[in-house]
Amino acid sequence: MVKSLFIPLAAILQGFGIPLRPEPGSTIAQGVDRLYFFLTGLTLFFSIGIFTAIFYFAIRYRRRSEDELPSHTKTFLQLELSWTLIPAAICVVLFVWASSLFFRNSRPPNASMEIFVVGKQWMWQLQHPEGPREINELHVPVGIPVKLTMTSQDAIHDFFIPAFRVKKDVLPGRYTSIWFQATETGKFHFFCAQYCGAEHSRMTGWVYVMKPDEYAAWLAGGAKGESMAQTGEKLFNQYGCNTCHLSDGTGRGPSLAGQFGRLQKLQDGRTLTVDEAFVRQAITNPNSMPIPGRTPVMPSFQGQLTEEQILQLIAYVKSLGIQQRNKP
Amino acid sequence: MPEATAVAHERIPARAHHFDDMEQQQESSNLGMWVFLVTEIMFFGGMFAAYAIYRGFDLPAFEAGSRILEVKFGATNTAVLIGSSLTMALAVNSAQTGKRKALMLFLVLTMILGTVFLGIKFTEYLHKWNEFLVPGLRFAPTEGIPAGVSLPHVEMFFCFYFFMTLLHAMHMIIGLGILTTLLIMASRRKFSADYYGPVEVSGLYWHFVDIVWIFLFPLLYLIGGRYPHG
Amino acid sequence: MSTPVVDVPQAPAESRVDYLNASYGIRSWLFTTDHKRIALLYLISITFMFFIGGAAAVLMRLHLLTPEGTLVQPETYNKLFTMHGLVMVFFFMIPSIPAVLGNFLVPMMIGARDLAFPKINLLSWYIYMAGALLFLYTVLTGGVDTGWTFYTPYSSIYANTHVLTAAFAVFIVGFSSILTGLNFIVTIHKMRAPGLTWFRLPLFLWSIYATSVIMVLGTPVLAITMLMVAAERLLHVGIFDPALGGDPLLFQHMFWFYSHPAVYIMILPSMGVVSELIACFSRKRIFGYSFVAFSSVAIAVLSFLVWGHHMFVAGQSIYASLIFSALSFLVAIPSAIKVFNWTATLYKGSISYQAPMLYALGFIGLFTMGGLTGLFLASLAVDVHVSGTYFIVAHFHYIMVGGAVMGYMGGIHFWWPKITGRLYPDGWARFAALVIFVGFNLTFFPQFMLGYLGMPRRYATYPQEFQVLNVMSTAGASILAVGYAMPLVYLIWSMRYGPVAGPNPWRAKGLEWETPSPPPTENFEETPIVTEEAYAYNDPPKRIVAAGSAQEGARA
Repeated sequence: MVKSLFIPLAAILQGFGIPLRPEPGSTIAQGVDRLYFFLTGLTLFFSIGIFTAIFYFAIRYRRRSEDELPSHTKTFLQLELSWTLIPAAICVVLFVWASSLFFRNSRPPNASMEIFVVGKQWMWQLQHPEGPREINELHVPVGIPVKLTMTSQDAIHDFFIPAFRVKKDVLPGRYTSIWFQATETGKFHFFCAQYCGAEHSRMTGWVYVMKPDEYAAWLAGGAKGESMAQTGEKLFNQYGCNTCHLSDGTGRGPSLAGQFGRLQKLQDGRTLTVDEAFVRQAITNPNSMPIPGRTPVMPSFQGQLTEEQILQLIAYVKSLGIQQRNKP
Repeated sequence: MPEATAVAHERIPARAHHFDDMEQQQESSNLGMWVFLVTEIMFFGGMFAAYAIYRGFDLPAFEAGSRILEVKFGATNTAVLIGSSLTMALAVNSAQTGKRKALMLFLVLTMILGTVFLGIKFTEYLHKWNEFLVPGLRFAPTEGIPAGVSLPHVEMFFCFYFFMTLLHAMHMIIGLGILTTLLIMASRRKFSADYYGPVEVSGLYWHFVDIVWIFLFPLLYLIGGRYPHG
Repeated sequence: MSTPVVDVPQAPAESRVDYLNASYGIRSWLFTTDHKRIALLYLISITFMFFIGGAAAVLMRLHLLTPEGTLVQPETYNKLFTMHGLVMVFFFMIPSIPAVLGNFLVPMMIGARDLAFPKINLLSWYIYMAGALLFLYTVLTGGVDTGWTFYTPYSSIYANTHVLTAAFAVFIVGFSSILTGLNFIVTIHKMRAPGLTWFRLPLFLWSIYATSVIMVLGTPVLAITMLMVAAERLLHVGIFDPALGGDPLLFQHMFWFYSHPAVYIMILPSMGVVSELIACFSRKRIFGYSFVAFSSVAIAVLSFLVWGHHMFVAGQSIYASLIFSALSFLVAIPSAIKVFNWTATLYKGSISYQAPMLYALGFIGLFTMGGLTGLFLASLAVDVHVSGTYFIVAHFHYIMVGGAVMGYMGGIHFWWPKITGRLYPDGWARFAALVIFVGFNLTFFPQFMLGYLGMPRRYATYPQEFQVLNVMSTAGASILAVGYAMPLVYLIWSMRYGPVAGPNPWRAKGLEWETPSPPPTENFEETPIVTEEAYAYNDPPKRIVAAGSAQEGARA
């Protein structure tokens, strides 16, 4: 019923070149739009209702003589309760609906393809694990879930793809992530959506969604041919990590083989998962998370590595073996 | 003339014209000071919350910083302030019972103790400056930081230390100004057993500043693990 | 049925001493402790700041006529939206109704001669002026470009504009707010006239009271947050710098802990005004009085629990977001209750359409729309898509401008005769109200659509496909500007040439209407005794002076 209101409205606006919504380009877009249209219908219903009531009462009960004195209309509990509880019930419905969508839209499926994003004033660097790096462009295959792991080199940015209905702030010193599965090929805007300085409005780009075989071809044609893990390995040696983290475990630092993904107990009693955030912190502030049985002697590499390089090192650590864990 | 609407027009100089009687003025004054103290709780509370959160981020660094602080100064200051609250309470009591000389004496004693507090604080700050422990301006500690502890996080601790104690010290200085005003008013015989409102609300303010220190002292000086569990 | 309001005989204007002519000269104004004069001092200051903020908006909307944006440089555009936000929030909206209408009316509505602390009231204005002057200095020496939200680490590390002075200006002006709120709380508790129990208070005072509680509890947290940003800029200590162990998200939590309740500081007083207007121009008691009163208090309490809804995409945990979302839905309910009760008041009322009523009715409609769009934002999955876009801009302008400013304008028009003793030309006033209504909707409705289509906010340039909606919005803004300029003209005109108002031109109920217009400095020659409920339009005539009646809890 609500839809039938929208179609003529949408048609009129379309005639003026104004769409109601970005074309849905991902698996979650339709779900978000459905909720949005329901909310719009609700808003229209109550707004029109209130406006109508106001107009009607204002005309019907207009003052007809200067000395007119209406009698007081008393309220009663059932009325107050109904117009408290009915809106509350609507809110409960909205909350449950929106939250369950939100939950689903926040958790990437296990088999997601990963891409690593670094935002900095005022551009985006996006790197595929296989190696190709892009500036302000993102090539992805259609129909495959893609997870973006993102960080900032400086201020807080935000990665927003309207067509996919995804958005997340991109923070310095931390990783945030979003995922999407594109449903159509084509090109779609992405924007920085958190004010970050002079060229904030130019910190934009395009997502290119390609058919899987085209994507594979594009990937293979990427420059250098060196994967993130390979670049990471070079860095690992260049910065001397290999002198302590011997692969046989006899070095001053633990061997990193098979470490990624497992649970690590810390000296202060906490247990953390060895994920991207863990590895990043181990590189930039190692002595904030001392491991039982080891003296904290690892130097910090804060400021010596760019965020891109840290991501490449993480890719290398992953390549040494990942412990699969069921995500909670 | 209806008594309720005929406001007392006797000229009590201390009663402000917009109040109906002294009782209303006194109650308003008190409520006003309490509301103001609630705003101060929110003001300091924001800082305490931030401190607690950052302490949670890197406990070893904050504990290391806390251990560097000089407890003897902090403890002495605590005793001094509690003493000053006692003298302040005695001042209020003197005002309520109309004892002008006692009131002035206790006000002076409170001010002396308050000044002692500030003097000790200033000495402490001087020590920190000499030991290169002032964040942003001069921070390069040479000792007291165990290996493996993040130096920037220790600097963060000192940030909070200075910020919170400076904020407190500024409130003390304002308090001293208020007490000076009270002293002058008392010397001019403005107060009596019928009119002591300003002394009372200033007492509230002074006690509040004292209580803030009672929280600051253990949270900054004492919880650095310097007293190991038995 | 006899007329319910006893007219206080008023001496002819020329021979009567009132608060305006009681003394002359600039010193009598700058050193006044009369709450009514202080209200006028605020009126002049905030109107000036309103037009400064409005000028920034005009420039922004002109710049956005074209996608590539060639009117100003992007750096300048960024300073414009920052300035617009800071001025409108801190130097216009937050003081507006409390400092102008609240200061003028609170003592009068409770039958008092002044607020509890008149000198603190004056100090409050001076603090406002200090903050405003420091902010204007910031603007004149190059401005600030962090956005009114001062997000770190951009504001604390990377911005190279005048963040320090802007943060200090906000810090300073916060104390004006705190002192005003403190004054109102004590006044309403301790200085009500005999017989004026809490549940006989006009609803405007319930709103002001709830607002004051928020001001007093929330503003100090903003103060400490601004100090921390200032400290970081001055000393480079890394409170919000991850490289030095800081957390930029802590800033957001602390900032929004104040700034969310702040938006209720901006709307609650307007809601209070609307209650007064609806009652007067329907000649009826507000329907469901106690429900409206309790809703004000509920809004104030709940407002402190929802700040995280500004951070759903900030990197906050999913579980925290869930809780904030649920609470945000909850805080919408009391507002809905008010809207229904106001509308029900119109039922079987006796309704007239003078300008204040038009503003009140416009408020109800536009606030309903703006408030309902808040549900979109409380809905997590939708908020992810529209956060940081023009949808948010449209939402808060519907509430702030379509709601709060319209309430303010309605209040100014309603109490203008009391404040100045003059009537303004109602025909022009109604016309202006309509122009504002039309201009407002044309400006901001297209922005909802822009937001859902994906246009981010704070953008100096935008993709071509968003141009049509932007042009519509700018067209609306030009109409809105005309609408706001008109009252400036006819209200000032009325002060000299408007007909003399008399004590109660609207035949309204309320203690303030039982004094001459303009009132004498002392407000009431004798403290009134209240024997009837609020808005007792259909009750028997009230006796102004009752001999020896008992005092009922006037000091609780």
